[in-house]
Amino acid sequence: MTSLEGWWAYAFIAIAGWLATDIWRWLGVVAGNRLREDSEVLNWVRAVATALVAAVVAKLILYPTGVLETSPLWLRLGSIIVGAAAFFAAGQKPAVGIATAILALAAGLYWLGF
Amino acid sequence: MDQENSASHAHWFLVGMRGIVSLPAIILMLSFIGFCALTVQAGIPVEQVVFMTGMVWALPAKVILVGSIMAGANLLTAFVAVTLSSVRLMPMVAALVPEIRGRQTPTWLLLFLSHFVAITAWVYAIEKVADVPRERRVAFFAGFGITLVLANMLLVAVAYRYVATFPPIVAGCLFFLTPVYFLASIWNSARHRVVHIALILGLVAGPFFYWLFPEFDILLAGLIGGTVAWAGERAWRLRRVANEEGGR
Repeated sequence: MTSLEGWWAYAFIAIAGWLATDIWRWLGVVAGNRLREDSEVLNWVRAVATALVAAVVAKLILYPTGVLETSPLWLRLGSIIVGAAAFFAAGQKPAVGIATAILALAAGLYWLGF
Repeated sequence: MDQENSASHAHWFLVGMRGIVSLPAIILMLSFIGFCALTVQAGIPVEQVVFMTGMVWALPAKVILVGSIMAGANLLTAFVAVTLSSVRLMPMVAALVPEIRGRQTPTWLLLFLSHFVAITAWVYAIEKVADVPRERRVAFFAGFGITLVLANMLLVAVAYRYVATFPPIVAGCLFFLTPVYFLASIWNSARHRVVHIALILGLVAGPFFYWLFPEFDILLAGLIGGTVAWAGERAWRLRRVANEEGGR
Protein backbone atom coordinates (compact mmCIF):
# COMPACT_ATOMS: atom_id res chain seq x y z
CA MET A 1 0.00 0.00 0.00
CA THR A 2 1.44 3.32 -1.05
CA SER A 3 0.62 6.49 0.81
CA LEU A 4 1.92 9.93 -0.16
CA GLU A 5 3.89 11.99 2.33
CA GLY A 6 4.34 15.65 3.31
CA TRP A 7 3.69 18.57 0.97
CA TRP A 8 3.93 16.27 -2.05
CA ALA A 9 0.64 14.60 -1.00
CA TYR A 10 -1.16 17.95 -1.11
CA ALA A 11 0.46 18.96 -4.39
CA PHE A 12 -0.51 15.59 -5.86
CA ILE A 13 -4.15 15.99 -4.76
CA ALA A 14 -4.24 19.59 -6.00
CA ILE A 15 -2.87 18.78 -9.47
CA ALA A 16 -4.29 15.31 -10.19
CA GLY A 17 -7.52 16.03 -8.31
CA TRP A 18 -8.50 19.68 -8.12
CA LEU A 19 -7.02 20.91 -11.41
CA ALA A 20 -8.11 17.78 -13.28
CA THR A 21 -11.76 18.34 -12.29
CA ASP A 22 -12.09 22.14 -12.17
CA ILE A 23 -10.67 22.62 -15.69
CA TRP A 24 -13.91 21.13 -17.02
CA ARG A 25 -16.04 23.32 -14.79
CA TRP A 26 -14.29 26.47 -16.07
CA LEU A 27 -14.83 25.34 -19.67
CA GLY A 28 -18.47 24.70 -18.72
CA VAL A 29 -18.87 28.29 -17.47
CA VAL A 30 -17.35 29.64 -20.69
CA ALA A 31 -19.65 27.45 -22.82
CA GLY A 32 -22.72 28.01 -20.65
CA ASN A 33 -22.31 31.78 -20.73
CA ARG A 34 -22.96 31.69 -24.48
CA LEU A 35 -26.09 29.55 -24.24
CA ARG A 36 -29.59 31.01 -24.18
CA GLU A 37 -31.99 29.29 -21.80
CA ASP A 38 -34.49 28.39 -24.52
CA SER A 39 -31.99 27.39 -27.22
CA GLU A 40 -31.85 24.05 -29.00
CA VAL A 41 -28.11 23.79 -28.20
CA LEU A 42 -28.89 23.94 -24.47
CA ASN A 43 -31.44 21.15 -24.99
CA TRP A 44 -28.65 19.04 -26.47
CA VAL A 45 -26.20 19.95 -23.67
CA ARG A 46 -28.90 19.02 -21.15
CA ALA A 47 -29.39 15.61 -22.81
CA VAL A 48 -25.64 14.89 -22.91
CA ALA A 49 -25.17 15.94 -19.26
CA THR A 50 -28.06 13.72 -18.16
CA ALA A 51 -26.84 10.72 -20.16
CA LEU A 52 -23.34 11.13 -18.65
CA VAL A 53 -24.74 11.11 -15.12
CA ALA A 54 -26.93 8.11 -16.00
CA ALA A 55 -23.86 6.22 -17.26
CA VAL A 56 -22.07 6.90 -13.93
CA VAL A 57 -25.16 5.62 -12.10
CA ALA A 58 -25.28 2.45 -14.20
CA LYS A 59 -21.61 1.77 -13.43
CA LEU A 60 -22.17 2.23 -9.69
CA ILE A 61 -24.98 -0.34 -9.83
CA LEU A 62 -23.30 -2.88 -12.14
CA TYR A 63 -19.67 -2.53 -10.96
CA PRO A 64 -19.74 -1.39 -7.29
CA THR A 65 -16.72 -1.25 -4.99
CA GLY A 66 -16.38 -2.32 -1.35
CA VAL A 67 -18.91 -4.64 0.28
CA LEU A 68 -21.27 -4.70 -2.72
CA GLU A 69 -18.50 -5.96 -5.01
CA THR A 70 -19.22 -9.49 -3.76
CA SER A 71 -23.04 -9.13 -3.78
CA PRO A 72 -24.97 -10.81 -6.63
CA LEU A 73 -25.97 -8.68 -9.63
CA TRP A 74 -29.58 -9.92 -9.49
CA LEU A 75 -29.96 -8.49 -5.98
CA ARG A 76 -28.73 -5.03 -7.04
CA LEU A 77 -30.84 -4.94 -10.22
CA GLY A 78 -33.84 -6.40 -8.37
CA SER A 79 -33.60 -3.70 -5.68
CA ILE A 80 -33.56 -1.00 -8.38
CA ILE A 81 -36.61 -2.52 -10.13
CA VAL A 82 -38.59 -2.87 -6.88
CA GLY A 83 -37.65 0.71 -5.95
CA ALA A 84 -38.68 2.02 -9.39
CA ALA A 85 -42.03 0.20 -9.15
CA ALA A 86 -42.70 1.77 -5.72
CA PHE A 87 -41.59 5.19 -7.03
CA PHE A 88 -44.10 5.18 -9.88
CA ALA A 89 -46.87 3.53 -7.82
CA ALA A 90 -46.55 6.30 -5.21
CA GLY A 91 -46.92 9.08 -7.80
CA GLN A 92 -43.17 9.62 -8.39
CA LYS A 93 -42.15 10.35 -4.81
CA PRO A 94 -38.31 10.08 -4.58
CA ALA A 95 -38.30 9.21 -0.84
CA VAL A 96 -40.61 6.21 -1.40
CA GLY A 97 -38.52 4.86 -4.28
CA ILE A 98 -35.22 5.34 -2.43
CA ALA A 99 -36.45 3.78 0.83
CA THR A 100 -37.95 0.77 -0.98
CA ALA A 101 -34.80 0.08 -3.00
CA ILE A 102 -32.51 0.35 0.05
CA LEU A 103 -34.78 -1.86 2.19
CA ALA A 104 -34.91 -4.47 -0.58
CA LEU A 105 -31.10 -4.44 -0.79
CA ALA A 106 -30.70 -4.63 3.01
CA ALA A 107 -33.17 -7.56 3.22
CA GLY A 108 -31.36 -9.38 0.40
CA LEU A 109 -27.92 -8.84 1.95
CA TYR A 110 -29.21 -10.07 5.32
CA TRP A 111 -30.79 -13.15 3.72
CA LEU A 112 -27.53 -13.94 1.91
CA GLY A 113 -25.65 -13.77 5.21
CA PHE A 114 -23.65 -10.53 4.74
CA MET B 1 -32.79 50.31 -2.19
CA ASP B 2 -29.25 48.96 -2.34
CA GLN B 3 -29.42 47.89 1.26
CA GLU B 4 -32.68 46.11 0.65
CA ASN B 5 -31.08 44.34 -2.28
CA SER B 6 -28.11 43.06 -0.32
CA ALA B 7 -30.42 41.94 2.48
CA SER B 8 -32.35 39.97 -0.07
CA HIS B 9 -29.15 38.37 -1.41
CA ALA B 10 -28.27 37.35 2.15
CA HIS B 11 -31.79 36.00 2.61
CA TRP B 12 -31.53 33.74 -0.44
CA PHE B 13 -28.00 32.67 0.56
CA LEU B 14 -29.50 31.53 3.87
CA VAL B 15 -32.35 29.75 2.08
CA GLY B 16 -29.68 27.91 0.08
CA MET B 17 -27.78 27.05 3.28
CA ARG B 18 -30.93 25.53 4.74
CA GLY B 19 -30.79 22.98 1.89
CA ILE B 20 -28.20 21.14 4.03
CA VAL B 21 -31.12 19.44 5.84
CA SER B 22 -32.76 18.29 2.58
CA LEU B 23 -32.98 14.67 1.42
CA PRO B 24 -30.29 15.05 -1.30
CA ALA B 25 -27.81 16.68 1.10
CA ILE B 26 -28.36 13.99 3.73
CA ILE B 27 -27.92 11.23 1.15
CA LEU B 28 -24.70 12.83 -0.07
CA MET B 29 -23.42 13.01 3.51
CA LEU B 30 -24.21 9.31 3.98
CA SER B 31 -22.34 8.60 0.73
CA PHE B 32 -19.38 10.56 2.12
CA ILE B 33 -19.33 8.29 5.15
CA GLY B 34 -19.04 5.44 2.64
CA PHE B 35 -16.17 7.27 0.88
CA CYS B 36 -14.52 7.82 4.24
CA ALA B 37 -14.50 4.05 4.80
CA LEU B 38 -12.74 3.63 1.45
CA THR B 39 -9.98 6.11 2.40
CA VAL B 40 -9.43 4.36 5.74
CA GLN B 41 -8.96 1.07 3.89
CA ALA B 42 -6.59 2.84 1.48
CA GLY B 43 -4.49 4.14 4.39
CA ILE B 44 -4.81 7.82 3.46
CA PRO B 45 -4.30 10.13 6.48
CA VAL B 46 -7.35 12.07 7.69
CA GLU B 47 -5.88 15.54 6.91
CA GLN B 48 -5.41 14.53 3.29
CA VAL B 49 -8.96 13.13 3.11
CA VAL B 50 -10.40 16.43 4.40
CA PHE B 51 -8.25 18.40 1.92
CA MET B 52 -9.35 16.09 -0.90
CA THR B 53 -13.01 16.50 0.04
CA GLY B 54 -12.80 20.28 -0.30
CA MET B 55 -10.58 20.42 -3.39
CA VAL B 56 -11.86 17.52 -5.50
CA TRP B 57 -15.58 18.10 -5.35
CA ALA B 58 -16.84 15.10 -7.32
CA LEU B 59 -17.23 11.73 -5.65
CA PRO B 60 -16.37 9.55 -8.70
CA ALA B 61 -13.23 11.65 -9.32
CA LYS B 62 -12.20 11.22 -5.67
CA VAL B 63 -12.70 7.47 -5.84
CA ILE B 64 -10.45 7.34 -8.92
CA LEU B 65 -7.86 9.58 -7.26
CA VAL B 66 -7.77 7.31 -4.18
CA GLY B 67 -7.47 4.30 -6.49
CA SER B 68 -4.52 5.95 -8.26
CA ILE B 69 -2.80 6.77 -4.97
CA MET B 70 -3.31 3.18 -3.75
CA ALA B 71 -1.87 1.82 -7.00
CA GLY B 72 1.15 4.13 -6.66
CA ALA B 73 0.37 5.80 -9.98
CA ASN B 74 2.53 8.75 -11.07
CA LEU B 75 1.16 12.28 -11.26
CA LEU B 76 0.48 12.26 -15.01
CA THR B 77 -1.35 8.91 -14.97
CA ALA B 78 -3.51 10.01 -12.04
CA PHE B 79 -4.23 13.37 -13.71
CA VAL B 80 -5.35 11.72 -16.96
CA ALA B 81 -7.58 9.18 -15.17
CA VAL B 82 -9.28 11.85 -13.05
CA THR B 83 -9.64 14.23 -16.00
CA LEU B 84 -11.28 11.58 -18.17
CA SER B 85 -13.75 10.80 -15.40
CA SER B 86 -14.66 14.47 -15.01
CA VAL B 87 -15.46 15.57 -18.55
CA ARG B 88 -19.16 15.30 -17.63
CA LEU B 89 -18.72 18.34 -15.35
CA MET B 90 -18.42 20.57 -18.42
CA PRO B 91 -21.90 19.95 -19.90
CA MET B 92 -23.35 19.87 -16.38
CA VAL B 93 -21.99 23.34 -15.61
CA ALA B 94 -22.87 24.57 -19.12
CA ALA B 95 -26.47 23.45 -18.61
CA LEU B 96 -26.70 25.01 -15.14
CA VAL B 97 -25.15 28.42 -15.90
CA PRO B 98 -28.02 29.69 -18.10
CA GLU B 99 -30.46 28.62 -15.36
CA ILE B 100 -28.82 30.44 -12.45
CA ARG B 101 -26.99 33.51 -13.83
CA GLY B 102 -28.62 36.90 -13.50
CA ARG B 103 -28.39 39.74 -16.01
CA GLN B 104 -25.23 41.12 -14.39
CA THR B 105 -23.61 38.10 -12.79
CA PRO B 106 -19.85 38.50 -13.32
CA THR B 107 -18.03 35.62 -15.00
CA TRP B 108 -15.40 35.41 -12.18
CA LEU B 109 -18.20 34.64 -9.74
CA LEU B 110 -19.53 31.86 -11.96
CA LEU B 111 -15.98 30.47 -12.33
CA PHE B 112 -15.63 30.41 -8.53
CA LEU B 113 -19.07 28.91 -7.92
CA SER B 114 -18.60 26.27 -10.62
CA HIS B 115 -16.30 24.46 -8.16
CA PHE B 116 -19.38 23.59 -6.10
CA VAL B 117 -21.22 21.97 -9.01
CA ALA B 118 -21.29 18.19 -8.68
CA ILE B 119 -24.16 15.79 -9.21
CA THR B 120 -25.99 16.52 -5.92
CA ALA B 121 -25.80 20.31 -6.14
CA TRP B 122 -26.64 20.15 -9.84
CA VAL B 123 -29.76 18.02 -9.37
CA TYR B 124 -30.82 20.09 -6.34
CA ALA B 125 -30.28 23.44 -8.08
CA ILE B 126 -32.10 22.44 -11.27
CA GLU B 127 -34.99 21.21 -9.15
CA LYS B 128 -35.26 24.29 -6.92
CA VAL B 129 -34.22 27.37 -8.95
CA ALA B 130 -37.60 27.63 -10.62
CA ASP B 131 -38.94 28.89 -7.25
CA VAL B 132 -36.09 31.41 -6.75
CA PRO B 133 -36.22 34.92 -8.29
CA ARG B 134 -33.88 35.09 -11.29
CA GLU B 135 -31.53 37.72 -9.78
CA ARG B 136 -31.22 35.73 -6.52
CA ARG B 137 -30.41 32.32 -7.98
CA VAL B 138 -26.63 32.79 -7.77
CA ALA B 139 -26.90 33.68 -4.05
CA PHE B 140 -29.17 30.68 -3.49
CA PHE B 141 -26.78 28.30 -5.26
CA ALA B 142 -23.75 29.75 -3.43
CA GLY B 143 -25.47 29.22 -0.08
CA PHE B 144 -26.29 25.60 -0.86
CA GLY B 145 -23.06 24.65 -2.64
CA ILE B 146 -20.59 26.19 -0.18
CA THR B 147 -22.43 24.83 2.86
CA LEU B 148 -22.55 21.36 1.33
CA VAL B 149 -18.77 21.27 0.77
CA LEU B 150 -17.87 22.65 4.22
CA ALA B 151 -20.32 20.32 5.99
CA ASN B 152 -18.84 17.29 4.25
CA MET B 153 -15.25 18.33 5.08
CA LEU B 154 -16.29 18.49 8.74
CA LEU B 155 -18.20 15.22 8.50
CA VAL B 156 -15.23 13.38 6.98
CA ALA B 157 -12.92 14.72 9.71
CA VAL B 158 -15.25 13.40 12.41
CA ALA B 159 -16.40 10.14 10.78
CA TYR B 160 -12.87 9.01 9.81
CA ARG B 161 -12.12 7.28 13.11
CA TYR B 162 -15.49 5.48 13.40
CA VAL B 163 -16.22 4.09 9.93
CA ALA B 164 -14.01 1.02 10.14
CA THR B 165 -16.42 -0.53 12.65
CA PHE B 166 -19.56 -0.44 10.44
CA PRO B 167 -21.30 -3.78 9.76
CA PRO B 168 -21.15 -4.80 6.05
CA ILE B 169 -24.91 -4.41 5.45
CA VAL B 170 -24.75 -0.77 6.57
CA ALA B 171 -21.69 -0.09 4.42
CA GLY B 172 -23.36 -1.74 1.40
CA CYS B 173 -26.57 0.28 1.80
CA LEU B 174 -24.60 3.52 2.22
CA PHE B 175 -22.85 2.88 -1.09
CA PHE B 176 -26.12 2.00 -2.86
CA LEU B 177 -27.85 5.20 -1.73
CA THR B 178 -25.98 7.34 -4.25
CA PRO B 179 -27.11 5.69 -7.52
CA VAL B 180 -30.65 5.13 -6.23
CA TYR B 181 -30.98 8.75 -5.16
CA PHE B 182 -29.63 10.07 -8.47
CA LEU B 183 -32.14 8.01 -10.44
CA ALA B 184 -35.18 9.06 -8.39
CA SER B 185 -34.32 12.74 -8.17
CA ILE B 186 -33.27 13.27 -11.79
CA TRP B 187 -36.48 11.62 -12.99
CA ASN B 188 -38.57 13.61 -10.53
CA SER B 189 -36.96 17.01 -11.17
CA ALA B 190 -36.86 16.85 -14.98
CA ARG B 191 -38.72 19.78 -16.50
CA HIS B 192 -37.93 18.77 -20.08
CA ARG B 193 -39.00 15.46 -21.60
CA VAL B 194 -35.59 15.08 -23.24
CA VAL B 195 -34.13 14.52 -19.74
CA HIS B 196 -36.27 11.40 -19.19
CA ILE B 197 -35.22 9.96 -22.54
CA ALA B 198 -31.55 10.82 -21.95
CA LEU B 199 -31.67 9.21 -18.49
CA ILE B 200 -32.95 5.90 -19.87
CA LEU B 201 -30.58 5.90 -22.87
CA GLY B 202 -27.61 6.79 -20.61
CA LEU B 203 -28.39 3.86 -18.29
CA VAL B 204 -28.30 1.48 -21.26
CA ALA B 205 -25.41 3.18 -23.08
CA GLY B 206 -23.15 3.23 -19.98
CA PRO B 207 -22.73 -0.57 -19.66
CA PHE B 208 -22.76 -0.97 -23.46
CA PHE B 209 -19.79 1.35 -23.98
CA TYR B 210 -18.05 -0.05 -20.89
CA TRP B 211 -18.15 -3.41 -22.67
CA LEU B 212 -17.05 -1.89 -26.00
CA PHE B 213 -14.49 0.81 -24.98
CA PRO B 214 -13.92 0.65 -21.19
CA GLU B 215 -11.45 3.58 -21.30
CA PHE B 216 -13.96 6.11 -22.62
CA ASP B 217 -17.27 4.55 -21.59
CA ILE B 218 -18.80 7.46 -19.65
CA LEU B 219 -17.82 10.02 -22.26
CA LEU B 220 -19.15 7.98 -25.19
CA ALA B 221 -22.33 7.03 -23.34
CA GLY B 222 -23.00 10.71 -22.64
CA LEU B 223 -22.19 12.04 -26.09
CA ILE B 224 -23.86 9.30 -28.13
CA GLY B 225 -26.72 8.45 -25.73
CA GLY B 226 -27.45 12.14 -25.14
CA THR B 227 -27.32 13.06 -28.81
CA VAL B 228 -29.65 10.21 -29.78
CA ALA B 229 -32.06 11.24 -27.00
CA TRP B 230 -31.97 14.87 -28.13
CA ALA B 231 -32.41 14.05 -31.84
CA GLY B 232 -35.29 11.66 -31.14
CA GLU B 233 -37.13 14.07 -28.88
CA ARG B 234 -36.59 16.94 -31.32
CA ALA B 235 -37.92 14.95 -34.29
CA TRP B 236 -40.97 13.96 -32.23
CA ARG B 237 -41.52 17.56 -31.11
CA LEU B 238 -41.19 18.99 -34.64
CA ARG B 239 -43.57 16.38 -36.08
CA ARG B 240 -46.18 17.22 -33.42
CA VAL B 241 -45.89 20.95 -34.14
CA ALA B 242 -46.24 20.24 -37.88
CA ASN B 243 -49.32 18.06 -37.26
CA GLU B 244 -50.97 20.71 -35.11
CA GLU B 245 -50.38 23.36 -37.74
CA GLY B 246 -51.56 21.04 -40.52
CA GLY B 247 -54.78 20.22 -38.61
CA ARG B 248 -55.69 23.84 -38.12
